[in-house]
Amino acid sequence: MWQSGFRPLAAPAAAVLQRSSKKVINPMKPWKLSLILILTVWGTSAVPAQVVNVYSARHYDTDDQIYQKFEETTGIKVRLIEGGSDALLARLKREGKRSPADVFITVDSARLYKAEQQGVFQSTTSATLNKRIPAHLRHPRGLWFGLTKRARILLVSKERVKPGQITSYEDLAKPALKGRVLIRSSSNVYNQSLVGSIIQAHGEKAAEQWCQDLVKNMARKPQGGDRDQIKGVAAGEGDVAVANSYYFARMLGGTPEERSAAAKVRVVFPNQSGRGTHVNLCGAGVVATAPNQANAVKLIEFLASDFSQVRFAAGNNEYPVVSGVKSVPVLEKLGSFKEDVQNASVFGKNTLKAIRMMDRAGWR
Amino acid sequence: MIQVIRKWLGRWAWTCASLAIAALVVVPLADILLHIGQDSEGTWQHLTETVLTNYVSNTLLLGGGVAIGTLVIGVPAAWVVTMCRFPGHTIFRWALLLPLAIPTYLLAYAATDLLQFAGPIQTALRGTFNWTRNDYWFPNVRSLPGAIVILTLGLYPYVYLAARSAFLEQSLCVLEVSRTLGVGAWTSFWRVAMPLARPSIAAGLSLALMETFAEFGAVDYCAVDTFATGIYRTWFALGSITAAAQLSACLLAFILFLLLLESVSRRSARFHHTTNRYRQLSPFRLVKWTATLAVIGCALPILLGFVLPTCLFLFKSWHYGDERATETFLELGRNSVILAGIAGVLAMWLALLAAYSRRLQPHRIVQIATRVASLGYAIPGGVIAIGLLGPLLSVELGFNELCEHLFGWTPGFLFTGTILGVLVGYQTRFLAVALNLIQAGLTRIRTSLDDAATTLGASPRRTLVRVHAPLLRGSMLCALLLVFVDALKELPVTLILRPFDFETLAVRVYQLASDERLNEASTGGLAMIVAGLIPVIVLSQLMARARPGKSGSEVIS
Repeated sequence: MWQSGFRPLAAPAAAVLQRSSKKVINPMKPWKLSLILILTVWGTSAVPAQVVNVYSARHYDTDDQIYQKFEETTGIKVRLIEGGSDALLARLKREGKRSPADVFITVDSARLYKAEQQGVFQSTTSATLNKRIPAHLRHPRGLWFGLTKRARILLVSKERVKPGQITSYEDLAKPALKGRVLIRSSSNVYNQSLVGSIIQAHGEKAAEQWCQDLVKNMARKPQGGDRDQIKGVAAGEGDVAVANSYYFARMLGGTPEERSAAAKVRVVFPNQSGRGTHVNLCGAGVVATAPNQANAVKLIEFLASDFSQVRFAAGNNEYPVVSGVKSVPVLEKLGSFKEDVQNASVFGKNTLKAIRMMDRAGWR
Repeated sequence: MIQVIRKWLGRWAWTCASLAIAALVVVPLADILLHIGQDSEGTWQHLTETVLTNYVSNTLLLGGGVAIGTLVIGVPAAWVVTMCRFPGHTIFRWALLLPLAIPTYLLAYAATDLLQFAGPIQTALRGTFNWTRNDYWFPNVRSLPGAIVILTLGLYPYVYLAARSAFLEQSLCVLEVSRTLGVGAWTSFWRVAMPLARPSIAAGLSLALMETFAEFGAVDYCAVDTFATGIYRTWFALGSITAAAQLSACLLAFILFLLLLESVSRRSARFHHTTNRYRQLSPFRLVKWTATLAVIGCALPILLGFVLPTCLFLFKSWHYGDERATETFLELGRNSVILAGIAGVLAMWLALLAAYSRRLQPHRIVQIATRVASLGYAIPGGVIAIGLLGPLLSVELGFNELCEHLFGWTPGFLFTGTILGVLVGYQTRFLAVALNLIQAGLTRIRTSLDDAATTLGASPRRTLVRVHAPLLRGSMLCALLLVFVDALKELPVTLILRPFDFETLAVRVYQLASDERLNEASTGGLAMIVAGLIPVIVLSQLMARARPGKSGSEVIS
């Protein structure tokens, strides 16, 4: 999976370099350098027989094992470009009908919605996928399929927050928490979707008020990633952090410092007595212009297989979308919870409103 | 008659070459900026009502802060190591360049990791004195001042490099005359050396500033919203390419204004060397407290900008490094080095071509073309990458259509299917660095040499290859190495334009860091530092060789 395209050319290129390296690299011999250039460039474009081309906004090493297994069982080579979701989407759109991409994988429902709106996906009917993935976790017309779930949970200080004191996202905006809430920037898509779900639950006006009040409650200017928020609570910079479940799960099995920080906080699944905890989805769809459409469907089906679903859970601590998959100790430790089951497209629609709202509230 | 046509054609060839090089920057920019006129559907108004003032003030303060910081560190350091003798001055000469090997985003990561509230230092303080959050004050790294310090430490080598080469090439006779006229060390620095070095220092400073304006990683890490972060957010999160283009245009206009300001204020006062004679200088010997001050002043930026972060990465990768450590070092390292190497060589040749055609054809169009070609450095890499995607893909797609029509066969993606796309992106982004250095070197070669070559019947091409290129070897190598180091650290262009299954060290570090696995990312970070060290050391060696007093030895620009 990780071999680079340079391997077959390393030797000739090195030989040319070595010959010319007697006088360091002689800048007066452009033809030698052009030769190296042509060789190396050509070397990065070789195409194997059976392939599936993937643009993925996920970047977890666990995925490599899954792709490797897929290659072994099907003989189809997975070729991969990982990058930021929006940049990959831009690339897909610009490539148009000749795009080499077969599968687009992205994280967060809002982005799946965005890709869907831009006409990037084609409708897929797969009995396997329809059977395995619950209806609210896939697109009604099969444009995309959820692969894993991540819960946006609260981590509260065991020392300074009593059990039952904070139980919902709405609580984060209450005056009692002034200067005690830790949350990352509004540039982060998880927060955008969270606000999107609050707009859905309470309407725009109430959601705007929620943002305003939340900003007043922030312990510090939003900064860092999700783990930084959890560490902040452990160190006493604030009393409650908002973070994705898998970051916390990973800290439980992390370095000694991370483990001791994780021990100082308690997990709260918010809104258990109401609409349920906000869940964001990682999903994949077949690209509208996929040159290897059949292989693309095979890959997505493989990603929904027990093998992959267990890897997603065990390797990256994400919740499987397929029910009945063998559960993983770390996730069991977090406990089960009631999830907000609105279809992802619902809060995807609210993203733009959410960002403008957060800008107005001064949530950087 | 034929002679005239040939001459005319020859001239056109040079003009076309410089225009083609400028197109590298103009095309992607135009692709984005053409959206300006469209309706942003209220996004621009939303920005002005909410975050725009913040973007403007932060960008200005950051730029100002970094300008002052890099000047305060870079210029005096260059002066003392060149003109004075104190313990360790030969080491400082090259060691001051070391921070160049560390990408600014890694520097930001190291600083926040050590100094944030939950970091080891503050935790130890709280533990020792039993403090809680409100009991003490500690400077906040994730702030505007934090970002200024971090960027200053990462970027001062550009100013140092420029200032040192300027001081090195100053005819010492001038300085000696000033001394025999009874002027002290300080006054000769301010009244003689500084004005002579000013164009060089301004060039170095403009590189540092452009890098600051285009910076995303470190600034974002420090929780500071600038134009660069704003452009990304407006484009991707708010989904408005129009408003993003409008923001980019503002940033560009501001940079153009700064560049013009410099050249206008310089035009009023021209400084020339009257002689090329170099004589062995009797250096100022620093003793006691002046020597101590010099040692501290030189050691501090190296310590903070290189030694400390490198130690941190060493420690981290030793304890909890990347599982794919060997692979990271070998395969990704090789990819990075090859890519950066090709980028460096290409940039060197393109810059030489552009600078030389400007020398041959000093008319407006060429002047403007070369100036535009150096703007790419100030544009955030992500903007350049996506701006390039459109034009590159149109060429690729058009070529494929043509081939299909003619031969019934499609060759595939020439640019984005290979590393060629990334290489083009690097040229757009880093040509400024090479151009800056080579142009400076070229202006030091007297036009009488060109005249002599022409009189002897050499064509411009032959003059370039046989006369200028050998004379410019130092500048060219310097350009190659600087672009190499920059390309090694580059992320957004690589990320967006790369072909399938192609990773570099920077990409690997990004993947781990965006997954918040910073401990694991330290291995890739360390590998980047190691790979970046090699060219930096070569660069230092080149500079060390070009010591004053060695008459005829070539001077590195």
